[in-house]
Amino acid sequence: MNRIRKVGKQEMSRANESGNHKARKAKQSCRLFLVSWLPDFLLIFSCIPFFLIHSSAAADVVIGSKKFTESYVLGEIAKRSLTNAGIPAEHRQGMGGTIILWEALRGGQIDAYPEYTGTITQQILKTDRALSLAEIRASLAKFQVGITEPLGFNNTYALVMRRSEAQRLGVHTIRDLQKYPELKIGLTHEFLNRQDGWRPLRERYALPQQNVVGIDHALGYAAIANGSVDVKDAYSTDAKIEKNDLVVLEDDLQFFPKYEALFLFRLSMRPDAIAALRRLEGTLDEKRMVRLNAEAERTKNYTAAADLYFNVEAALAPRPSGRSGPSHIGESFPHKLARWTLRHLQLAGFSLLLAVIVGIPLGIVASRGGPIGHGILGFASIVQTIPSLALLALLVPLPFFGISVRTAIAALFLYGLLPIVRNTASGLQDIPRSLRESAVALGLSPMIRLWEIYLPMASRSILSGIKTSAVINVGTATLAALIGAGGLGEPILSGLDLNDHVTILQGAIPAAVLALLVQWFFDLLDRVLIPKGLRI
Amino acid sequence: MSALVRLFDVSKRYAGTAALHSTNLSIERSRTTVLIGPSGCGKSTLLRLIIRLIEPDSGRIDFGGEPINLDNIDNLRRRIGYVIQEGGLFPHLTARANVLLMARHVGKSQDEMRTKLLELCELTRFSEKLLPRYPVELSGGQRQRVSLMRALMLSPELLLLDEPLGALDPLVRASLQKDLKEIFAQLGHTVLFVTHDLAEAIYFGDEIVLLNEGRVVQKGSVTDLRERPADPFVSEFINAQRGIATL
Repeated sequence: MNRIRKVGKQEMSRANESGNHKARKAKQSCRLFLVSWLPDFLLIFSCIPFFLIHSSAAADVVIGSKKFTESYVLGEIAKRSLTNAGIPAEHRQGMGGTIILWEALRGGQIDAYPEYTGTITQQILKTDRALSLAEIRASLAKFQVGITEPLGFNNTYALVMRRSEAQRLGVHTIRDLQKYPELKIGLTHEFLNRQDGWRPLRERYALPQQNVVGIDHALGYAAIANGSVDVKDAYSTDAKIEKNDLVVLEDDLQFFPKYEALFLFRLSMRPDAIAALRRLEGTLDEKRMVRLNAEAERTKNYTAAADLYFNVEAALAPRPSGRSGPSHIGESFPHKLARWTLRHLQLAGFSLLLAVIVGIPLGIVASRGGPIGHGILGFASIVQTIPSLALLALLVPLPFFGISVRTAIAALFLYGLLPIVRNTASGLQDIPRSLRESAVALGLSPMIRLWEIYLPMASRSILSGIKTSAVINVGTATLAALIGAGGLGEPILSGLDLNDHVTILQGAIPAAVLALLVQWFFDLLDRVLIPKGLRI
Repeated sequence: MSALVRLFDVSKRYAGTAALHSTNLSIERSRTTVLIGPSGCGKSTLLRLIIRLIEPDSGRIDFGGEPINLDNIDNLRRRIGYVIQEGGLFPHLTARANVLLMARHVGKSQDEMRTKLLELCELTRFSEKLLPRYPVELSGGQRQRVSLMRALMLSPELLLLDEPLGALDPLVRASLQKDLKEIFAQLGHTVLFVTHDLAEAIYFGDEIVLLNEGRVVQKGSVTDLRERPADPFVSEFINAQRGIATL
């Protein structure tokens, strides 16, 4: 649970940072926009091939994974195991945190995903008691979910030391630390402050060290490498343990709860697929998982780590026919970039189209004021105050949505609504009364007044609202990758997980360029769509 | 001479204050009637009630012998031209589009519109070359001429003008006054003209209706008002305006 909670928090803060940043950028860029030519405008947007957005040819079995290296690797290994058994399988990488994966599993958007026993008891079954595997299995059966036997490794909190130092002092277990009160300990702030963290651990083992400091997890590895600290907390299968030549101290009093890795699957999944997953039981010990994680981080490619698993396994496991190639290996960068960008434009474009179709009529109604008008503006404002990540999370458990492109589009649509509704309403309200009355006095019918007089006069404001929505949507669409909807957020997220700046930039730069292009496109549209008389 | 517009016991209140007390009034055909009075006397309210920009609280207004109601108002509006102080031109349409807007919607033919437009340009002394311009590209006086063309495009039976010259500088105002008077004389339309300026009222009005605090104080010719005031306010109003005029 420590592990998962920590990852969850990182996800949140990352996502919020990038979301807010993009939104800020979007808001800076408001100049104004139109509509007596609304039909032309809609036509332009309907050209975006949004018919492509439904998931590509569905595989028989869909494996999900959480967004951190180890989960990616396990998901990929599961997919390989299935395809090796001749079962068409798809791996949806890095869909999100525990709750998202669990909901996706229950909702049938995925059929299986890797999970940890401690997380199942604490976050899914919500109990503080340590449950046996049989108890977990029985409890999950009520949700029509099954579990495999453990894969063989326990990914829990651990204390680590430099290998040289541990050998010199003869420290192998946490209890051995009692003999060396002078050792400096550097712990993550979270571990330091948790109820089940440092304080109870120190009591349990009667540790004498006084020199204990709080330090960021990533920086802590640098600190332990250069000797600023001697002991730090880590996850027992963290790739950095091997990379930094550290050793895990044995938890001889079994203080840390068990986080044994296994697969959760839908009981309704085809039996041969279950069998293929079960073939992985007991095949991964901690050392091996550390090596696979290290391989994934070193090569920045988790499919390579899965290759490593199967190459070693090849001699042992019988290889059924029809092994299919790894999913995106060998895909060229331009091709990947085109795939991400196209999906990104589909997400942002289709949600914007919906926001325009719904937002302008709502804005027209809202401009008339009264309880309905205020209700509409109030609703749109409230939606906008929900953090984009929270909006995604709120939609995921709803029927029809779940883990899908639909959810991402719905969230982006709701997000894009307010600027359009508000600008349409204010644009219409700002029309001077004398001009409204002139239109009435001429004898024009209400529809003609709206279409030929009021909307064109409000066009600048309306287009400005649409532009704001477009730029916000292009930015926020990067978050869609969190629920597996793809787009330019995909490389950004996997880059963050692999701590690989090049991959992050592969998503971040095109996303920024796209936002600028959208802005430029709408500036151009201003000139085409805003009537000349309003621009002079 | 018969009345084109008749008000029967028409009244209007805003937020509890009477803008127009129960009023009976006839607007005679083919004459220019001027509504005059101090600010807030109800003259604009009366005009806006006739074209139904506001609903009366009580009473009835007949146009050509037919009571105005919400069902026939759009048709009646096409028989009424309306010009306001700032012109009320739509900024996103050219002068030409502003003038032709309504004609286009009632299905006039291109030829018919073109002929009428040229006729109106001549009548209002508005250069044809300026027709493709947008309102912001025209002077205040030119805008009022376009506004007048728009009001006259469908050959209305009644022309309502709400302080049409109020926002113009004195020189432009004087030349437009002269042109307007000629236009009224040439067309022989029924005109209802709102102003707060007595000289203008005398210049245009065949008949002057003086209002104060939401009531018609007196209706008649200038001579009637000057020599047979119905009320001390009539003399007071006329003398005050003269006082300013002779300064």
